[in-house]
Amino acid sequence: MEEKILGMLEEICEDDVIREERDMDLFEAELLDSLGFAELLVTIEEEFGIVIAPSEVKREDMNTVNKILEMLEKRA
Amino acid sequence: MSFYSGTAFFAVLTVLLLIEFIIGGRGKKLCAYHLLVSLVLVAAVLWGTPKMLLWSALYFLMELLVVKLYEQVHKRYGRSAWRYRSFLLLALSPLVFCKLCELPELKEMGWFQFVGISYLTFRVLQIVIEIYDGVIEEVKVMDFAAFLLFFPTFSCGPIDRSRRFVADFNRIYEREEFLTLYGEGIKKLMLGLLYKFVLAELCFSVMTLFQVKNFLQLAGYAYSYGAYMFFDFAGYSLMAVGTGYMFGILVPDNFHKPFISKDMKEFWARWHISLSEWFRDFVFSRFMMLSMKKKWFPTRLAGASVGFVVNMLVMGIWHGLSLHYIAYGLYHGLLLAGTEIYQKKSVFYKKNKKKRWYQCLSWFFTLQLVMFGFLIFSGKLF
Repeated sequence: MEEKILGMLEEICEDDVIREERDMDLFEAELLDSLGFAELLVTIEEEFGIVIAPSEVKREDMNTVNKILEMLEKRA
Repeated sequence: MSFYSGTAFFAVLTVLLLIEFIIGGRGKKLCAYHLLVSLVLVAAVLWGTPKMLLWSALYFLMELLVVKLYEQVHKRYGRSAWRYRSFLLLALSPLVFCKLCELPELKEMGWFQFVGISYLTFRVLQIVIEIYDGVIEEVKVMDFAAFLLFFPTFSCGPIDRSRRFVADFNRIYEREEFLTLYGEGIKKLMLGLLYKFVLAELCFSVMTLFQVKNFLQLAGYAYSYGAYMFFDFAGYSLMAVGTGYMFGILVPDNFHKPFISKDMKEFWARWHISLSEWFRDFVFSRFMMLSMKKKWFPTRLAGASVGFVVNMLVMGIWHGLSLHYIAYGLYHGLLLAGTEIYQKKSVFYKKNKKKRWYQCLSWFFTLQLVMFGFLIFSGKLF
């Protein structure tokens, strides 16, 4: 599961740095924006069947690789 | 009486804030009292035009019914898209009537004409949307009433989120915590007074000096109008946020130094924040997600460009059905789409974006675009 999520993030952020720096703020590093975030939510729904609404989570709750991993593992 | 203007309102507000200072943060639940205060104040403001009072009462009851009914429908049928869209439309319909009745042809009809309806509708819509998302399971009547009628933000926002608001509304504060919040509130209220009644007035007097006959005059008008808009609206917002704090609600901020923005995306992250975040979460993101799922556009960038235009166009229309508001929305939509394409595609941008000269130039250019936007918004052009 973790590998699948990392692959997905790597594709959306278009950068493999996400594999190393897992506590980096993806919005601050300009790897994610509103658009990338929307794509992330759609991909999560399509790949893992986990529905997350855009207003449900705050950016601060899903702004690093570790937080995203944690959230998906909790909901899977 | 009207919100944040005139002696009557500020006299009442002062008394209410003094009472709050005495009773706040003493370990008692003040929900019922706070709801009553909002109810009385909103009624007092709308009382001036009894028709407004009646329309707003009808609006409130209708939206409450829509929300409670949808809550039940969602419980029974789950994520059913057509049912969701029907209720969304139903919740939106009073605002549609309101905006239509602002047109000269339908002025006589006068449906749903009352202060605050535009902002109230955002709050109702997000509840319906979040019931569909499964984020909200139950809407308590008292919470709903308190959220919609909360007097500090009733007329013009900031647009709070219901789950956040309800948590604050039901919170019992310790005295010390309450006093810190209260002090922060006073600071914001005072700054808001300075913005709205000194700086905005000043900008307004400057604005009236321009006759708008030639280019320089027009530019002068645009700048002073832009500055006036900022101090007037940011001033109002600060007062609303500050008052909210003193009633124990951490109302979100609306402005964060918008004129230092270095591109249009940054501008919308700093200008009327609660509105642009609402649109981001409830219009833009959803449009983007739908278009990605249904593969409407060949590339992500094409989808995003259309998404920005749709998003801002809806925002423009929400201001009113006049041509200059729609043009304002379209203008910002095209600018955002242009910014997105430029930032994703331009090698020049990627190479220079961190350099100081580029950032200065970009700031200057952005400011001109912003001011031109205000000129469109002002209705002076057409």
